Amino acid sequence: MTATEDPIPLLELTGIRKTYGHVEALRGASFTVLPGEVVALVGDNGAGKSTLVKVMSGVVQPEEGEIRVDGEVVNLSSPHVSRDLGIETVYQDLALAPDLDPCQNLFLGREVLKGGLLGRLGFLDRKAMRAKADEAFASLRVGIQDTTSPVVSMSGGQRQGIAVGRSVLWASRVVLMDEPTAALGVVQTERVKELIDRVRSSGVAVVLISHNIPFVFDIADRVEVLRLGQRVARFTRDEYSNNAVLGAMTGVLADHT
Amino acid sequence: MTTTESTAKAAPIEPPPEHRSLADRLPRWIRTPKSLTLLVVVVLTVFFGAFHPDEFLTAYNQRNIAIEAAGYLILAVGMTFVITTGGIDLSVGSVLVFSGAVGVKVMVAVGGDGPAALIAGLVATVLTGVLWGLVNGFLVTVAGLPSLIATLATLSAAYGGALVLTNGLDLRGVPESLSSFLGFGRLLGVPYIVWLAVLVTIVGAVVMSRTRFGLYTSAVGSNDEAARRVGVRVNRHLVKIYAVSGGLAGLAGYVSLARFSTTSVAGHQTDNLQAIIATVLGGTSLFGGVGSVIGTAFGSLIPAILNNGLVIFGLPPYWQQVAVGGVLAGVVFVDHRNRKRRTQR
Repeated sequence: MTATEDPIPLLELTGIRKTYGHVEALRGASFTVLPGEVVALVGDNGAGKSTLVKVMSGVVQPEEGEIRVDGEVVNLSSPHVSRDLGIETVYQDLALAPDLDPCQNLFLGREVLKGGLLGRLGFLDRKAMRAKADEAFASLRVGIQDTTSPVVSMSGGQRQGIAVGRSVLWASRVVLMDEPTAALGVVQTERVKELIDRVRSSGVAVVLISHNIPFVFDIADRVEVLRLGQRVARFTRDEYSNNAVLGAMTGVLADHT
Repeated sequence: MTTTESTAKAAPIEPPPEHRSLADRLPRWIRTPKSLTLLVVVVLTVFFGAFHPDEFLTAYNQRNIAIEAAGYLILAVGMTFVITTGGIDLSVGSVLVFSGAVGVKVMVAVGGDGPAALIAGLVATVLTGVLWGLVNGFLVTVAGLPSLIATLATLSAAYGGALVLTNGLDLRGVPESLSSFLGFGRLLGVPYIVWLAVLVTIVGAVVMSRTRFGLYTSAVGSNDEAARRVGVRVNRHLVKIYAVSGGLAGLAGYVSLARFSTTSVAGHQTDNLQAIIATVLGGTSLFGGVGSVIGTAFGSLIPAILNNGLVIFGLPPYWQQVAVGGVLAGVVFVDHRNRKRRTQR
């Protein structure tokens, strides 16, 4: 299990504790993301996956524990801090504004303004944004024929592509994807897989939170299993099997850490 | 299984061409709601013009229509921003009369007929409107009230406040120069009031479609949670929007003083509805997220033309309200249906 020479993790969480009232969502959870990998975070309902994702995206602050980015301790005190560190999140509900077009969604909150006085007045440089958006969608091969139509008129797969495209455009380190295939059909799931492949080859790591075990096995370089708020197992691609992962998720098998 | 998958992949996502109706094949700018509104304006003008050219098409009559529309348009531009965020501002008519009453008091206090009094009055009316708008903004964001309730409360409070300020009697003492300059003045045959409304519309349209402020307005109305997650300060933006709406209500109050030389406290009870009607007729969605200031300008013409045309036809002007109600219900119905169809894809 132990690799001979572990690289410095891109993102490492250790001993994360978070309680909501009497409920202990995370009890000393750990999680590791290595550079350029696709790592899946799996676990049964209530294992603490969502809370751990929220910790990484800066939405939730843990009571205890240490978070390191490139080996240095950081305090992810708000979503802004996470994003400034190059950590982007694709939410399960995608968090797109349906009446805006894909380009506007891509740049919302990070608009490019015109130079000089017009920029001071808040005038948008729509040409620059449009060009960059087209480039981003082309490089991810997100098939959007018309980037000036509102997102509401697009298919579920295209919306997924826009949400992923947005996070990839801004992420320099890690993209967190919460249940990216939850609402998708077979063909669209295949598309998301290709998309994740391209993100990985661009050098950005991907954290995949998913219930879809076959999908995870298809794409993930590693799998980390969370159970009752703690990491109970880690598998590399050669090690994982259906039985081992399911066993760790449900607690039937002994710890594999 | 493999074969179905590969064909599904190869198949284009677009619907087959025979399913596209004639309306879908028109260029997109024609299919926008504001083009439809402009079409209604043209049809109404042609209709009334064909039957009563001598009365309806005179410069005098067209000017009357423009002045009537201009008064509502200034309110409706602010309303367009509010409705685009998914809210509503019922208080504009009351804020208009309250600000007007403050404006008269200030102008009387400054005294005289010169520019000092006029400028002091303008600043006072607009600032008073902005203050009411800030109250609306805080009620909607900090207190978390639905905009319908928050602005209903300020509607009542501002109207009551205006009655307190005036003791229930319309204030006299508006400087003569205000009505002779802004009230009746013209440039190139077009009244100053209309120029002012056009200016407000152009600024509003540019802000809505070209600036970050306009983008955030649509984003907040479209999905406020998504806007919040990408770092848009949603509450601060909403407060600004209600302040703009209040400020424009103040400006409309100043225009009203110029037109009628008095506060006309009782004369603006339905202004909020007129502004909402102009906005919705212009293609701004009551569900938020989509707004067009140019559309609102076209929309403000429809009630004014109907009002004018029906009088020329000899019908009691009350029918205008019935007709506008019918048009409004129709437009909202179409908007609602389009939205449903879009999300069902």
